[in-house]
Amino acid sequence: MRRVTYFLAALALGASASAAAQAADLPFESGKLLLTGGVTNVEGVGGGGLANWATITGYETRDAIGANVHATYVGLKDYDLRTYGVGVGFYDRVELSYARQEFDTGSTGAKLGLGRGFTFNQDIVGVKVKVAGDAVYDQDRWLPQIAVGAEFKSNDKGAIIHAVGGKKDTGVDYYVSATKLVLDKSLLLNGTVRMTKANQYGLLGFGGDKHDDYRPQFEGSAAYLISKRLAVGAEVRTKPDNLGFAKETRAFDVFGAYAVNKNLSMTLAYVDLGDIATFKDQRGVYLSLQAGF
Amino acid sequence: MTKFHTAALAAIATLMAGSALAEPQPMANPAAGAEPIVGDATYKAFHEKEGISRIMADFVPRITTDPRIKARFEGVNLIRLQLMLTNQVCYLTGGPCEYGGRDMKEVHASLGLTNLDFNALAEDLQLSMDKEGVPFTAQNQLVAKLAPMQRVIVTK
Repeated sequence: MRRVTYFLAALALGASASAAAQAADLPFESGKLLLTGGVTNVEGVGGGGLANWATITGYETRDAIGANVHATYVGLKDYDLRTYGVGVGFYDRVELSYARQEFDTGSTGAKLGLGRGFTFNQDIVGVKVKVAGDAVYDQDRWLPQIAVGAEFKSNDKGAIIHAVGGKKDTGVDYYVSATKLVLDKSLLLNGTVRMTKANQYGLLGFGGDKHDDYRPQFEGSAAYLISKRLAVGAEVRTKPDNLGFAKETRAFDVFGAYAVNKNLSMTLAYVDLGDIATFKDQRGVYLSLQAGF
Repeated sequence: MTKFHTAALAAIATLMAGSALAEPQPMANPAAGAEPIVGDATYKAFHEKEGISRIMADFVPRITTDPRIKARFEGVNLIRLQLMLTNQVCYLTGGPCEYGGRDMKEVHASLGLTNLDFNALAEDLQLSMDKEGVPFTAQNQLVAKLAPMQRVIVTK
């Protein structure tokens, strides 16, 4: 019920913000083609499900501002992850985002000695700047759209993080993304290199007893555009393995993203987030709703 | 000549022919704004000239009544526009047509068009292609030819 409430709250917020923007005559518009702005990923950043893309969130063109809210639920074998937040695209150039992640250990919390329903919370503030190329218009060039960005992450469970060997409860990820729409093949391709110390996205802190340095990690996405409204694809994301108590492995997903219209889109995925905190093969369903204007 | 020399000359000749092919060819119809799609599969997916004519007969009334962009077509000869678009799309999809209109940059230079205008028109084109039953993959092959024209069409 709580999850449903989040979705409804996010959608209501999106709808009312949209109405307010129109009433105030702000330069909001829906100028991009459906889905070409990407969706919002698990860290609140414009992209796919797990990966950051070089696209700037929202449907605004270079002449306006676009914004959206999202709510994401990931139901895994032994854990739940909920994320909700807001993203704003400025002039198809700069993206600012905020997301709150709640990693709910549920009944697994008791097995880990943390207590049933123990939840790690993380705030993520993201900034992304498009630096070159245009994923959509540059169909006669190989140059992809390139963006650089940073994510400022802060976790509220410092004591537990230190107890399991984590070094810090805050951290910054830096990344560069390249996204290319290969329209004559109806394909979208993305590659991202992320410099990070984050353990399980930062939900288990930053750095650890095994490693405490920035290492490049890779995120790759490929999607096929079935129609204006529907794209299906797959993603892979590598992660550091910094903590001695539990091995961290790569994450993978297959997804479908559906745009009802420019104000509402949903992403449904099967995710395999690998091993998390000694519990193996965390697979499950990923559902994300995004409302924008 | 030894066998070796013959083989070497043949190799050089092949390389020269290869590099001649790699030289950029002058555009057959530069005003059309892009090289046509190779082969006739896309042209057939558009149901050839008749299909493209039907698409444009739907598209021109659509763009000239679209509240986002209709003001951009004030004073434009719509009969000529429809004819030019039909020939241009026929040419770009690989059909046996010539585009006899003016250059893309020249035509749009004084209009002060924005990305919003450009994308609205692309959306309307998708609707007209949908109505003709053009498969999405074939639509994207045409849109891939049109999208880079944004660089000369959008001036604001």
